[in-house]
Amino acid sequence: MALLEVEDLRVAYGKIEAVKGISFRVEAGEVVTLIGTNGAGKTTTLRTLSGLLKPVTGKITFDGQVLNGVGAHKIVAMGLAHSPEGRRIFPRLSIEENLQLGAFLRRDGDAITKDIQRAYELFPILGERRKQAAGTLSGGEQQMLAMGRALMSQPKLLMLDEPSMGLSPIMMQKIMTTIRELKAQGTTILLVEQNASAALSLADHGHVMEIGKISLSGTGQELLHDESVRKAYLGED
Amino acid sequence: MQDLPDQLANGLALGALYGLIAIGYTMVYGIVQLINFAHGEIFMIGGFGALTAYLWLPEGTGLVVALPLMILLGVVCATLVGVGAERFAYRPLRGGPRLSPLITAIGLSLALQQAVWSFYPDAKKARPFPQFSGGDFDLGFVSLSREDLFIFVAAPVCMIALGVFVAKTRTGRAMQATSQDPDTAKLMGINTDRIIVMAFAIGAAFAAIAAIAQGFKTGEVSFRMGFIAGLKAFTAAVLGGIGNIYGAMVGGLVLGVAEAMATAYIGDIPGLEQFGGGSWKDVWAFVLLILVLLIRPQGILGERLADRA
Repeated sequence: MALLEVEDLRVAYGKIEAVKGISFRVEAGEVVTLIGTNGAGKTTTLRTLSGLLKPVTGKITFDGQVLNGVGAHKIVAMGLAHSPEGRRIFPRLSIEENLQLGAFLRRDGDAITKDIQRAYELFPILGERRKQAAGTLSGGEQQMLAMGRALMSQPKLLMLDEPSMGLSPIMMQKIMTTIRELKAQGTTILLVEQNASAALSLADHGHVMEIGKISLSGTGQELLHDESVRKAYLGED
Repeated sequence: MQDLPDQLANGLALGALYGLIAIGYTMVYGIVQLINFAHGEIFMIGGFGALTAYLWLPEGTGLVVALPLMILLGVVCATLVGVGAERFAYRPLRGGPRLSPLITAIGLSLALQQAVWSFYPDAKKARPFPQFSGGDFDLGFVSLSREDLFIFVAAPVCMIALGVFVAKTRTGRAMQATSQDPDTAKLMGINTDRIIVMAFAIGAAFAAIAAIAQGFKTGEVSFRMGFIAGLKAFTAAVLGGIGNIYGAMVGGLVLGVAEAMATAYIGDIPGLEQFGGGSWKDVWAFVLLILVLLIRPQGILGERLADRA
């Protein structure tokens, strides 16, 4: 049984349907990516999975439990972490406090301290500035913090929404390398990206979303070499 | 101006009272972006709760003995009304148009006033509030009036407790996170509904303590007392920078001192004689508010609202 199973999911903002019946699954240990243009419904999908939005219809099963109707703060407790679009770090709290909030539901103080250390090893710049207000970090550093914070809940599945958005090419490289490292450590990841080539080259499976529907699915490599994907998303003629 | 230290003490007492009420406005606004215009009435109900406790006690009970029970019942009554308002009036409207909770707040404010007017015994006119006996404390350079002593102790205790709670405890940090970004706070596993209830409860409890202070200061409680006090405290919250708890206290103190100074001394300025005295005192609060809104709209400690990425 897959770790995450989404069946015929439909989500609407008022009368406007943003996600129009999509189905996909994520197996434990896999990296799955959703790619597509702005407005394709990728972010809406993630926000629904983490409970911030309510689906119109469809069934979401995570780790054997149905997520429909479960409040967002309870879904985190079940092991589904979400690093949202635009990073959304808490700007007036320090880096360390942001990381501690990522572990809000954990009660194992010593292990939390260790995991914060691990986050600082993964992103040394965060360790150097641990007492600094998170709002003073650069975009790339905020992205590192957002990822580190999401990992602090020890998730079974990590959802990353547009981690490379607005970053310099070097910083983007760094973030992608980190995702590769997390994958190598066995973290299951659902990755939403506009940077299709970067996402597909490290994903086990990928799905192309177009105006609320999945138009094409395959392994990362298949999609990376698919003619239509290359034309539409990799900027080739 | 020989009485300047006394006027200053008087202004600080008044300001601390405004500040305690203002915390309720600012905490609720900081978390749900709602101006709870019924907060003045929650303050008033705290005052009646305290009076009720005093009346329950056998006649002749010393005020110092009665005070803990008065605080307890005042805080319990105000908190129940505050939390009830959140649960049954505001929560069902959350996520809807911004105007609905505002109108509800004004309606609730009138309903609470009328409820006390109708059902509390003899509340159709102001009811006398117990008073400390004895004169002022003369500290040499300044004499503190006995009724202000309560607020001079209560306000710092409340502020320090709140500051420690918000900065040091797990729940306090969850509260900061919720006010900075409620959706993301949920993603951390924070039950934001509970945090909102807590903001209403703390605000109501502080308002009840302020109401007792006002009862001592003016010698009475009345169903109308929440209106002007609420308006002043709202002004203090905006003055200090709405959403900022320290701003609320700073705004309250500035407002209280300005009001006391203006009342005492403006009449002495040649040409402004007719503006002196107590009948103009409420005007100065709003003159100050207008000036701040013109010169520094984000308030004294407020930050300019930055766009979220």
